This record gives sequence, C-alpha cells and structure tokens, in this order.
Amino acid sequence: MDMVFDAVSWVLISGGVFFMVVGAIGLVRMPDVYTRLHAAGMTDTMGAGLILMGLCFQGGGFPVVVRLVLIWLFLLFTSPIGTHALARAALSGGVEPYRTTPPQGS
Amino acid sequence: MRALGLGVILFGFWLALSGHYTPLLLSLGVGSTVLVVYLATRMDVVDHEGIPLHIGGRFWVYFPWLLKEIFVANVHVARIILSPGLPIHPLLVHYRSSQKTDLGRAIYANSITLTPGTITMSVDGQDLEIHSLTWVDVDGREEDEMDRRVTWVEQGA
Repeated sequence: MDMVFDAVSWVLISGGVFFMVVGAIGLVRMPDVYTRLHAAGMTDTMGAGLILMGLCFQGGGFPVVVRLVLIWLFLLFTSPIGTHALARAALSGGVEPYRTTPPQGS
Repeated sequence: MRALGLGVILFGFWLALSGHYTPLLLSLGVGSTVLVVYLATRMDVVDHEGIPLHIGGRFWVYFPWLLKEIFVANVHVARIILSPGLPIHPLLVHYRSSQKTDLGRAIYANSITLTPGTITMSVDGQDLEIHSLTWVDVDGREEDEMDRRVTWVEQGA
C-alpha cells in the first residue's frame, strides 16, 4: 500500500514540477507583461495544485491533508486577485498589450 | 443566522487546525470564535457578500467543473509555451456578464483569471475586459458556459 501511495505521490509531484518549469519557460519566452501573467497563472493553479495533491499522499494522515487542502483553497481564492491587480496596474500604468498581426482568413 | 454560520465555520476551522482536544484548549477555541464573530458583526461584514452561505451548496457543484476547465486550459497553454514558434495572438475582448450581484461577478471574473489563457483586466458593472493569449481562448463557447454556470451559482439554493 505504501508503494502505491508513494508512486501516486511521485507522479503528481512530477506533474506539478513539470507545469512549474513550463510556467517558468513561459515567463522567459513571452513578449510582454500580460502574456507573462498567463504563464505565471499556470504555476499557481496546476503547478502548486499538483504538488500539494502529491504531498497529501506522503503520509501524515488526515490532519496534514486538511491543512494541505486549505492551503490549496486559499491559493485558488487569492492568486487570481493578485493576477488581476497586476494586469490592472499595468493597464492603468499605460503598458500597451503586445499584438501580433492577425492570422490569414480571420 | 449568518453570524451563527460564521461561528460554526470558524470553530470547525479551529478544530481542523489545532489537533488538541483538551477541555482548556477547546474552551479557548470557543472563546476566540465568539470574539471573532463579535468583531465581525461590529465591523458590519457579516452580510451576503462577506459570508455567502446561500451559494454554498451550488458553489461546490460548480467547483469541480471549474477545476476541469483549469486543467484543460493549463494543458493548452503548456502546449503553446513549448511549441517552438510560440503561436500566440494576444487580444483584448469585451464580455457582458449576466450576473446580478457583485459577488457573482467576482466569482466569474476570478474564474476567468484562474483558467490560464484568459485574464480579467477590468470589471465595470456588467462589462468585463479580458486579455486572452490566443484567438481560440475567446471563441465564446467556454466563457458563455462559465457565465451561465456562475449565474446559476449566484442564484443560490
């Protein structure tokens, strides 16, 4: 049973780390502050979410799981507000969103 | 009624975090719960926005659907970031939300921001300004469905 829990935990944490790394790559590749926020949003939601989920299977029992779920819920409630505040600040600060030429046929 | 609900939730929260169940600590927990509820009542924040108990049930029906959407959107954005050409076409779009209350609009705007690929830039009454990473993210289908679902949540059980 411990083996199964460990395996599930590993898969989830690896998935979380994958999304964290992709989010970081996105931060570097994206051209402006707004598009970077999209990449940063991935680390908040999937990255942190999968890692916290994986940690739930690392033993420690019910009290630990309750705390991890609470951390995750608070993260889900607060992170969009931070993202929104950043986007709004950039917009009122006069940062022009990066634009590409529309693709053919649209 | 809302104050009572707040008290129950706070004490449950205290119980979950404390892990000590001796009479002394339990009574301290009850004492701090009562104090916080008293202060919240005095601050006049125990209302339909501060303690939205009326949407409780429906919110937890909406939540799993939102998680699924977050997952799908994450995979989508991850693919964009990892593709060599970085196929992004950022654009700003305006939406009209169908929620009646500020609480409903807050849930809708935050849900949009939580799904990667779309960020709510500003909310002005019913009008939402959304920054989107690609054209596909705002073809309207997902957003319309999210709008419908949040309006359903907002109406309460």
